[in-house]
Amino acid sequence: MTLTGKLWIGIGVLIVLSPLGLIVPDQFKGGSAWGEWGLDEIQKMTGYVPHGFQRLSELWKAPLRDYTFQGWEGKDLFSMSFAYLISAVSGIVIIAGVAFLIGKVLAKEHE
Amino acid sequence: MVFGAVMIPIWRAASKAVKKTLSVRQVPYLAIGAAFSFVIMMFNVPILGGSTGHAVGGVLVAILLGPWAACIAVTVALVIQALLFGDGGITAIGANCFNMAFVLPFVGYYVYKFISSGSPAGSSRRIFAAGAGAYAGICASALSAGIEFGLQPLLYHTANGQALYCPYGLNVAVPAMLFGHLVLIGWVEVIVTALVVKYLQKQDAVFFEGGRS
Repeated sequence: MTLTGKLWIGIGVLIVLSPLGLIVPDQFKGGSAWGEWGLDEIQKMTGYVPHGFQRLSELWKAPLRDYTFQGWEGKDLFSMSFAYLISAVSGIVIIAGVAFLIGKVLAKEHE
Repeated sequence: MVFGAVMIPIWRAASKAVKKTLSVRQVPYLAIGAAFSFVIMMFNVPILGGSTGHAVGGVLVAILLGPWAACIAVTVALVIQALLFGDGGITAIGANCFNMAFVLPFVGYYVYKFISSGSPAGSSRRIFAAGAGAYAGICASALSAGIEFGLQPLLYHTANGQALYCPYGLNVAVPAMLFGHLVLIGWVEVIVTALVVKYLQKQDAVFFEGGRS
């Protein structure tokens, strides 16, 4: 097998394991990364929602917001893990595709 | 948001540099590198104080393809992450890219180069250098993020002192960002980077031959 094939298998293993990135913090009651709070979390911490954030949060609605499907927020951990896995697959397909295209465009001039 | 403007010349320099150095043979690795960075960022690790952090994988890409290619790979991962999942947010793309797609791969790459210079492609000094680069890169990027957060309440607040964005100053933001990365997340970055470098040394040492690779 080619080396790129082997590395893709490695990425596949990471995809399968990716729900750990959701489950482990859940077990330890770990919230968002520092500074990556949602408006609800910030309100709890400081007692108010900073105005700038409120305005900015309305700028863009991500299709798979918070790595889950719309309307799935607050579902059980198993469903959320499934959504997380699907998010990992779709993210990787798009990201690898975009990076590949950029690479093709930039690298085409030699060899 | 200010960092959007800072990143534009950096991205321009990155595409110029990559045009000169990236060979067609390396393009699939650029795609794998971007995918790797994205998926490794999904592994949130709980750190003290009810927070989480994650590795970035960008130093590994910098070691294998050079820091400018890593800048592009991590940028793609961060931009899609923000657009598709609302992670980080579109207004933070500039700052996130500055920290994780610029500071991280460059600090990591030069620490790696400095320690590994003159060592044979298959040597264990190279694995150590990769680990040290990974640690330095992610901690530098956490420090940079902490400074950016900490400056926000000074720069952006309402007339009565309520923060518009991040409510915590440098005295809280910098230690909060640094501590978790120094004690835990940094080591996650070290382990993934060193393991893959060790694996690739056996598979195809050509990655580590010559000045860059």
